[in-house]
Amino acid sequence: MIASTFTGRVWKFGDDINTDLVIPNFAVLMTLEEQLRHCFSANRPGWVDEVQPGDVIIAGRNFGVGSARNIGAVFHGLGISGVVADSFNGLGLRNCINAGLPSLPCPGVLDVFDEGDVADVDWTTGDVKNAATGATAHGTPIPQALQDIVTAGGVENVLRREGYLAPR
Amino acid sequence: MGMNAIEKILAGHSEQKEVRPGDVVMVNVDVTVQFDHGRPDVLRIANPDKLVLLHDHVVPAPTVQAANNAKRMREFVERFGIENYFPVGKHGISHVLVAAEGYALPGQILVNADSHTCSSGAMNCLARGMGPSEMLYILCKGQTWYLLGPTTKVVLEGELPERVYPRDVIHYIPGQYGDFAGRNLEWHGEGLANIDVDGRLTMATISAELSAEFSLFPYDDVLARYLEGRAKWPFEPAHPDDDAEYEQVITVDLASLEPQVVLPGKVAWNSKGAREISSEGIKIDQAFIGSCANGRVSDFAIAAEILAGRQIAPGTRMIVTPGSQDILKEAIKLGYVETLMDAGAVVTNSTCGACFGGHMGLLADDEVCITASTRNFQGRMGSPKASVFMGSPATVAASAVAGVITDPRDL
Repeated sequence: MIASTFTGRVWKFGDDINTDLVIPNFAVLMTLEEQLRHCFSANRPGWVDEVQPGDVIIAGRNFGVGSARNIGAVFHGLGISGVVADSFNGLGLRNCINAGLPSLPCPGVLDVFDEGDVADVDWTTGDVKNAATGATAHGTPIPQALQDIVTAGGVENVLRREGYLAPR
Repeated sequence: MGMNAIEKILAGHSEQKEVRPGDVVMVNVDVTVQFDHGRPDVLRIANPDKLVLLHDHVVPAPTVQAANNAKRMREFVERFGIENYFPVGKHGISHVLVAAEGYALPGQILVNADSHTCSSGAMNCLARGMGPSEMLYILCKGQTWYLLGPTTKVVLEGELPERVYPRDVIHYIPGQYGDFAGRNLEWHGEGLANIDVDGRLTMATISAELSAEFSLFPYDDVLARYLEGRAKWPFEPAHPDDDAEYEQVITVDLASLEPQVVLPGKVAWNSKGAREISSEGIKIDQAFIGSCANGRVSDFAIAAEILAGRQIAPGTRMIVTPGSQDILKEAIKLGYVETLMDAGAVVTNSTCGACFGGHMGLLADDEVCITASTRNFQGRMGSPKASVFMGSPATVAASAVAGVITDPRDL
């Protein structure tokens, strides 16, 4: 079960963070474990060496714009506890939900944090708080039916439990 | 209050009588399209008769990994007895094939992992990219969900001037209005009568770069003629109610448009008139025409018309990649391939190829490309140190001749 809240150190990104930055062209056919090494290598070289399990991504408008590359699986694989963005691309959001990654659309969230701050987020109510400054924002949680997919640990878990996929 | 055409297709495939922005709509899917891969751990699937399988991103396989993926797809085809399968040799880019082969049909819901699935909106077919995990769910269950967003009505008026194309229209809109994340586009207006299905497919495809959810064109005489003798299955087109609601209305006077170039990095708020940018004398190393956006016979025709009797500039290379085997055959028959090759261009086999930096035309460090493919992201077509501009096939061909980014009206 995924909890309704997460707390973690903030990595801040701007607008239009696209799928090709998360999974570069040369990594498209790699395994997920290999892909993790190359996340944001073009725009933030070395980031994957600094990011820690439990960290949080705070981003601007149109997060995850671009291709079907499974950004949710990469962030989940890196141990990111959740993504809060001003707005999401629909396909990017779907990939995050299907990977079991808590995701919250929250206009104005970039104003609440500086990089390295600690974020307290309830992605099921939309409450976002900067633990140090007390500044807050309020997002619009994804609908309950989609929260349920995240809480179940992602869509492949659902299919495996229901006997559509062979056990691992 | 009535529903627009997008909402009517969603409602018609769900148990809801009426759908509204903000709803999560659970729907039954009509057609499922899968490319390049078949998961060996899938035990049962929902609708094998309405499943279309094909190879497109890296064809023929340039690496052992790609070859193994292709092998797994053939095994999947065999295991589930899939009839709608396009092996290497009959291959093409998924979005090109589903339109040309009559699988993408008006009023229906088509799914595919790939982000440019919105291409089929040109066929009055509700379609958007689903991602790999969702495709697995749909493959198994035949159902999915959509988070319905508000819809923008785009009204096209008049006719495009010479050397201005549908590709320029779909560059102009995000240049003026930014992104449409979480929102739909519905195309209206008498100007549509002057935009053929190829042009609509370009516009619907590039709607992914506007971050739109659905991009739906109407079922009109132009589309009806295209589908005659082509549609694989019966269909029921979707029309908006007279009192349908739209979040906003954007009106575009086609006659006033100029060729539009998108600058590197992103598409929202990032385009300029080709004439304005041509004054900057931006030297190009590679010119590319291809992809699900502009790899059709009509695109070959435009490039051939511009390149006939001309030579590609020294120091510039040009690559043209057809959207399918059939398109390549037709382009050869009509003499376009010879014209392009005489001008010094490379014409490749059909593949997604260079568009996503897969194979056959990657960019080196610090190189500059102008492309009529789908994306201009950092690193998209090769080195993260390269720059990718986007223009219509005419702008790309004119720039290849000049060696610098050029307005096709000025060649």
